[in-house]
Amino acid sequence: MIRLEPRETAPVWLSLSAPLTAVLAALLLCALLIMWTGASALEAYGLLFKGALGSRFAITETLTRATPMILTGLAAAIAFRAKLWNIGGEGQFYAGALAATWLGAGAITLPPYLMVPFLIGAGALAGGLLLLIPAILKNRLKVDEVVTTLLLNFIVLLFVNYLLEGPLKDPMSMGWPQAAPIIDEGVLPAILSKSRVHLGLVIAVVAAVLVWALMRFTVWGYEIRAVGYNAAAAGFAGIGVNKTIILTALLSGGLAGIAGVSEVAGTKGYLTLDLSPGFGYAGIAVAMLAALHPLAVVASAVFLSAIFVGADSMSRALNVPTYISDVIVATSVLAVLVSGMFTRFRLRFR
Amino acid sequence: MTAILKLVNISKRFGSLTANDAISLSLEEGEILALLGENGAGKTTLMNILFGHYTADEGHVEVFGKPLPPGQPDAALAAGIGMVHQHFSLADNLSVLENIMLGTESLWAWRQDTAFATGRIKQLSRDFGLTVDPMAQVSTLTVGERQRVEILKALYRDARILILDEPTAVLTPQESESLFETLRSLVDRGMSIIFISHKLNEIVSVSDRVMVIRRGKVVAEQPIRGADRASLAEAMVGHTVHAPKGDVLAPGDVVFQLQNVSAGAADGGQPLVDVDLAIHQHEIVGIAGVSGNGQQTLADLISGLCRPGSGSMTLFGNKLAHYNPDVMVKSGVGRIPEDRNRVGVIGEMTVQENLISEKRRRLPFSKFGFMNAKVIEDHAARQIDAFDVRCQGPHAETRLLSGGNVQKLILARVLDAEPSLLLADQPSRGLDVGAVAYVHEKILDARARGCGVLLISEDLEELMALSDRIVVIYHGRLSQPVNPEDITARDIGLMMSGQSEAA
Repeated sequence: MIRLEPRETAPVWLSLSAPLTAVLAALLLCALLIMWTGASALEAYGLLFKGALGSRFAITETLTRATPMILTGLAAAIAFRAKLWNIGGEGQFYAGALAATWLGAGAITLPPYLMVPFLIGAGALAGGLLLLIPAILKNRLKVDEVVTTLLLNFIVLLFVNYLLEGPLKDPMSMGWPQAAPIIDEGVLPAILSKSRVHLGLVIAVVAAVLVWALMRFTVWGYEIRAVGYNAAAAGFAGIGVNKTIILTALLSGGLAGIAGVSEVAGTKGYLTLDLSPGFGYAGIAVAMLAALHPLAVVASAVFLSAIFVGADSMSRALNVPTYISDVIVATSVLAVLVSGMFTRFRLRFR
Repeated sequence: MTAILKLVNISKRFGSLTANDAISLSLEEGEILALLGENGAGKTTLMNILFGHYTADEGHVEVFGKPLPPGQPDAALAAGIGMVHQHFSLADNLSVLENIMLGTESLWAWRQDTAFATGRIKQLSRDFGLTVDPMAQVSTLTVGERQRVEILKALYRDARILILDEPTAVLTPQESESLFETLRSLVDRGMSIIFISHKLNEIVSVSDRVMVIRRGKVVAEQPIRGADRASLAEAMVGHTVHAPKGDVLAPGDVVFQLQNVSAGAADGGQPLVDVDLAIHQHEIVGIAGVSGNGQQTLADLISGLCRPGSGSMTLFGNKLAHYNPDVMVKSGVGRIPEDRNRVGVIGEMTVQENLISEKRRRLPFSKFGFMNAKVIEDHAARQIDAFDVRCQGPHAETRLLSGGNVQKLILARVLDAEPSLLLADQPSRGLDVGAVAYVHEKILDARARGCGVLLISEDLEELMALSDRIVVIYHGRLSQPVNPEDITARDIGLMMSGQSEAA
C-alpha cells in the first residue's frame, strides 16, 4: 500500500528538479500520442525544438509570442495568490487593446517618450477597471468571480466585434473588420533588428521583477498573500480583505490590459478580432506552470510559447496536428501540479 | 474473569516519531478501563490501531481469543468493537433512525425495514436509559443527545466493547454525569468499555482500572481503588505540575463595558440579547456556557468583527466610532481567538510573518509600505525565545507547529503589545497540561499588570480556577455575575442548561 506523508521541509534540489522532471514526463507521455499519428517522436521533438529555438528567427518568434503570455501569466499569478480566480484575462487583454486603439489611433498625439507610457497606463486602467466589476460583485454580493470573469470575456469580445464592424472600423481597411493603426508615436519600437521582438518584452520582464518585489518586500504583498492563504485569519488580524481584493483586481486586470497594449501597439499595429489566440487563457497555464511565482512566470511563458511556435513548424513538416501543442501544454501543467504534491508529501511504500 | 480484548506489544511509528512503543493492554468483561494521557501521548493512535484505521508496525490484537486482522474497520465492527469519536460522525440532515441504520443494511436490499429498526432502537433506549427520539433530525439535537445516538449506533451493531474518545469534552457537568450512569448500566450488562480522557476527576469517578500512557509508553497501570490523583497526574505529565493561582487584587477602573447591548452574529450564530457586562482592571471575568449560546458573538464584538446593533459599548471609557479589528488592536485590545489554526494564524505563512500580522503597518516593522525584513526577523527571534515557541526558527512555516506552540505564538503576538483588555476565547482547549499551565500563567501575569481579561471557556475547572467573577451565557443572555468561591460547578452547570437563574 502507498501512503502520502506530509514533509516538514522540501529540499531545494527537489523543489527545483520536480517541475523539470514533470515537464520531461509530460513530453514522454505526449511522445506516445505523436507516435500514434504515425510520426517518429524523436524526429517530431527535434523539429519542434528547431522550430522554437533552432535559429535566430525561431528564437525571436518565440520571444515575441511569449511577451503577452508573461503579462497575462503575471495577471493570473497575482490574482490566484489572493484566491481571486480571474479567468477573465482574455477580456482584460482586449480592454487594454481597445483603450490603446481608442486613444492611440490618432485621437491624441504626444511625443513617443510620453505616448508609449500613456497608452500603457490607459490599457492598464481599462483592464483593471474591467476586473473591478467582478471584484466588487464578489465583495458585496459574494458572486462567484469564476463565472463573472469568464462571461465578461465574451461580452468584451462581442463588444470589440461590434466596434470593429462599426464605429472603429478603419475606412482604409478594404472592408476587413479592423481598426485604424496605432500612430507611429505610440508604436512600441523593435529592440532587435530584423525581428518582431519589441519593447513589450522589456516591459513584461520588468513587470515580472516588480510583481516579485511587490509580493516579497511590501506590506501590500504580505496582505495579498495573507488574504489568499486564509481570509478569515487575515480579517481577524485587521487586514481589509475587501480592499485587498480590489487592489489585487486592479493589479491583475492592469497587467492583462498591458498585454493587450503590447500586442496592438507592438506586434500587430492595429486591433482585430484575432489579435489574441487565447493569450488570456494561456496566462492561467503559464501561472500554474510557474507555481504562481512571478519570476518563474517568465520562464514558464517562454517555455509554453516555444511549444506553440515549435509545434507549428513540426506539424507542417510531419502532418501531426497542431493541437498536439495544446495537449503538451495541458499535460505539462497537470504534471507540474502533481510534482508540486511530491515536494509537499513523501511517498511511503509498505 | 477473562480478558476479552488483548493488545500485545503494539508499536507504531510515524517517521521519526514513535507514537506507540510496545504497548500491551488487556480488557476484561464488564470493566471500564480508563486510558489516561496528555494530548499526543498516543492514546488515540492506539485506539485507531485497534479499530483498524491504522495498521501497527509491530504487535497484534486479539478479540474474544481470536486474532483481529489489522487495518480493517469492518473486521473490528464485526468482532463487536464500537467506537465513539471525539468529533461525532453523524449526518446532520438525516434522522436518528437513518443515522443508526446507515451502513447496516445491504446495498441490494429493496426496502428498509424501518419498523424493525425503530423497535430495536426504542428497546435499546429503554434498556440503557439512552432517551432519544428516533424520528428527530440530528441537527435539532443537543450535543449530549448526539453522543447518545453515537452510543446507540454502536449498540445497534451489537458492540460488546465500546471505546469512547474524550467523551466529556463537549458536555455540561450534568450531561457528563448522565453519561457516566449510562456507562455503568452498560457494564452491568456485560459490556466492556475503554474510556479515553485526560481529566483525572472523571476517570476516578467512572473507571475500574486506569492505564497511564506517556510518550507512547505505558508508565502506570493500576486499579482505580486506592489510586492517588496526584501520582496519576505526575505519571501522566512526567513531572509535578503546579497550577498557577492569581494573587488577590482589588479591581481597578472599568476597561470595557456593555450596556443593554444587542448584537447579531456575523455568520448567523446566536445573537446577543440585551447584555450588560463590565470588566475592570486586574480582573478576570469568566464566561461559562455550552458552546453556541452567543459566546462567538461576544468574542466577535471585542475582536472588532461585529458591531453592537443597539445599546452602548465603551472601551476605556470611550465610545467607539468604528468597529473593526484594526481599531481594537490600536486601542489596546489583545485577542486570543477560539479557533487558533483557522483564525489565529495563517498556517502557510512563516512564524515571523504571523508574529507581526497585527502590526505589519507600524514602524519599525514597515516603512513607506516596505517590510523591514531584518527588524521582523530579530523581533521574531526574541519572541520565540521569550515565549518558548518550539519551532525551527523565524522562517518555519506555522502549520508545522503543534497546537501548544501555535498558542504560544499567538500569546507572544498579543502580549507583546501589552494590552489593557484581553479576550481569551478557549485559550487552553486541546492543549496538554504543561501548555495549559503556561497559558494560565500568562493570563494571570496580564491581570497582575492591570489588564482586564474576558475568559470564555467550556472548561468549568479552568473558569473556577482563574476567574474573579463568572457570568453564565445562555441563549444570548448573560446571568448576574457570581463569585466562583460561592458556587459549585454543579450550580453553574444548571445555569448553563437554563434550568436556574443566577444562584
